[in-house]
Amino acid sequence: MGEILLRSEWKGERLELAGYGSWTAPHAGELETLVEGIARETAKAKNISIDMAGVREFDTFGAWLLERLTREGRSAGRETVILGLPAHDRGLLKEMHGVNREAPPKPQRVNSVIGSLAAVGRGGVGLANGFLLFADMLGALGVATARMVLRPREFRLTSTINQLDRVAWQAVPIILLITFLIGAIISQQGIFHFRKFGAELYSVDLVGILVLREIGVLIVAIMVAGRSGSSYTAELGSMKMREEIDALRTMGFDPVEVLILPRIIVLIIALPVLTFLGSMAALYGGGLVAWLYGGISPDIYISRLTEAISLTHFKVGMIKAPFMGLVIGVVACAEGLRVKGSAESLGLQTTKSVVESIFLVIVLDGLFAIFFASIGM
Amino acid sequence: MAEEIVIKVRDLVVGFGAQTVLDHLSLDVRGGEILGLVGGSGSGKSVLLRTIIGLLPKRHGSIEVLGIDLDRVNEQERRALERRWGVLFQQGALFSSLTVRQNVQFPMRENLDISPRLMDEMALAKLEMVGLTPQDADKFPSELSGGMTKRVALARALALDPEIVFLDEPTSGLDPISAGDFDELIRTLQQTLEITVFMVTHDLESLYTACDRIAALADGKVVAEGPIQVMLESEHPWVKTYFQGKRGGMLADRRVSA
Repeated sequence: MGEILLRSEWKGERLELAGYGSWTAPHAGELETLVEGIARETAKAKNISIDMAGVREFDTFGAWLLERLTREGRSAGRETVILGLPAHDRGLLKEMHGVNREAPPKPQRVNSVIGSLAAVGRGGVGLANGFLLFADMLGALGVATARMVLRPREFRLTSTINQLDRVAWQAVPIILLITFLIGAIISQQGIFHFRKFGAELYSVDLVGILVLREIGVLIVAIMVAGRSGSSYTAELGSMKMREEIDALRTMGFDPVEVLILPRIIVLIIALPVLTFLGSMAALYGGGLVAWLYGGISPDIYISRLTEAISLTHFKVGMIKAPFMGLVIGVVACAEGLRVKGSAESLGLQTTKSVVESIFLVIVLDGLFAIFFASIGM
Repeated sequence: MAEEIVIKVRDLVVGFGAQTVLDHLSLDVRGGEILGLVGGSGSGKSVLLRTIIGLLPKRHGSIEVLGIDLDRVNEQERRALERRWGVLFQQGALFSSLTVRQNVQFPMRENLDISPRLMDEMALAKLEMVGLTPQDADKFPSELSGGMTKRVALARALALDPEIVFLDEPTSGLDPISAGDFDELIRTLQQTLEITVFMVTHDLESLYTACDRIAALADGKVVAEGPIQVMLESEHPWVKTYFQGKRGGMLADRRVSA
């Protein structure tokens, strides 16, 4: 800073410029302002000379700015000469002389209406592709399952057990904790509001039916989608990025059979088990709160519960669970295989996988509600 | 300038756990030269490079780069020093979510106070210098071939006009023609930009065509150092096998007869 980089002097119609100091990257900003200022001045000049003898350091940034100055001068038909440039810097200037000759491709400007229409169209196509992909994955899964049934020896048991450990066993503590808390909260809210009508005991019905039919399976499905669905997508996505999936394919393995089928089977097994455990934890939490907060003793809670709920409620919840596991698994794996080369795309697909699978789990839950209502369960 | 020592490694020991990779190693890199570092797989070439640029901790010894002892610098001085060197990683290590142009502009954007116009012009200039076209500037790294990735990575390493460029296996994974072009490119750039190049390589061709001096690494030490002639005359068993072996010998014969 404070160093003089460029001086100008008029000799009649001739503009004499002299460079000094360091024409290097750290001074590029300053130098650029000077060069732009001079460029405006040169409009009046017939010819220009640039004396570079005072320049101590010279790099591509300096060389390019010098080239820009002379190029602008020459293109306007003014004679421009460079004096006193050390021999070893001439190569650099020559290199710069050749660059940026071709105008960079202009970004295409699109009409904003057309642009937004195109975005809507692309969104629609994306959505349709998403469904196709989902269907494709389901189909591939069907084929792999059929093959597994025909040749059960080829089923990957070790991989399945390993996944089961990660997806089911290791998820037990967190699932128990969350469902316990949810059960407790439902029970507390029920007691608090039913108390106004003197109907605290009905809070037990509320907890029992809600947990067994809906909340137990939904909370578990959402937890699993966030916990295991995301890790499936990230795992498969990074395998895709490192060409591991292509490697499998070239060795004659079907990635769906080797990687995806065991994972989805594990989810289909894990979800009912976790739902069962989660529902029990929720009922336990509800009972504890009913006792401590609502003064309903465990004996009364249990007898009320046996009256309020039936095996049907339990079945409704448990029937839904494997289907939710299937949806989470298929979405997670399909999104994993959609990952492209960049780290950003891995993050994007993982987010999409979690959002989509939670969305589909809730949609599926709604469809099941209609189905069970119509068959009277 | 020519005889000034820009990288001075003394008595360097680097290891992981019980394993010692570099064992009291000393090496000088002179200003304005291209030094090729060779060694068998796992001999610690990349470890040496990564230790010099500060990515790996050392157990013992000293490293001086551009006359600055890396142990005696504070954060700010270190950053200033890091701006004076550029690194080309083996896999390119381009930022996958940025375009080619943005990758090259990244160091400029962070370190220099220049207008977007100049930044665009400089990025395109650097890309053209490494042999790419303006049309490639808006591609993403995942759309590039191996050779192009290396070129972009080199352009990014050169973004701030560094004084030293570290190249980790610049020609690995390239076909012989591309590798030859790349060697030539390094040579030309080194001459026009007057930089010092520290190159880790496996490529015998590179050693013959691009390097001024070669250092051979074996058993955690530099066992031979000097121009290609010194390598060919070395008595060290590994160096002998490497340069006089089937592949090395063929090249040596060709060179001598040519």
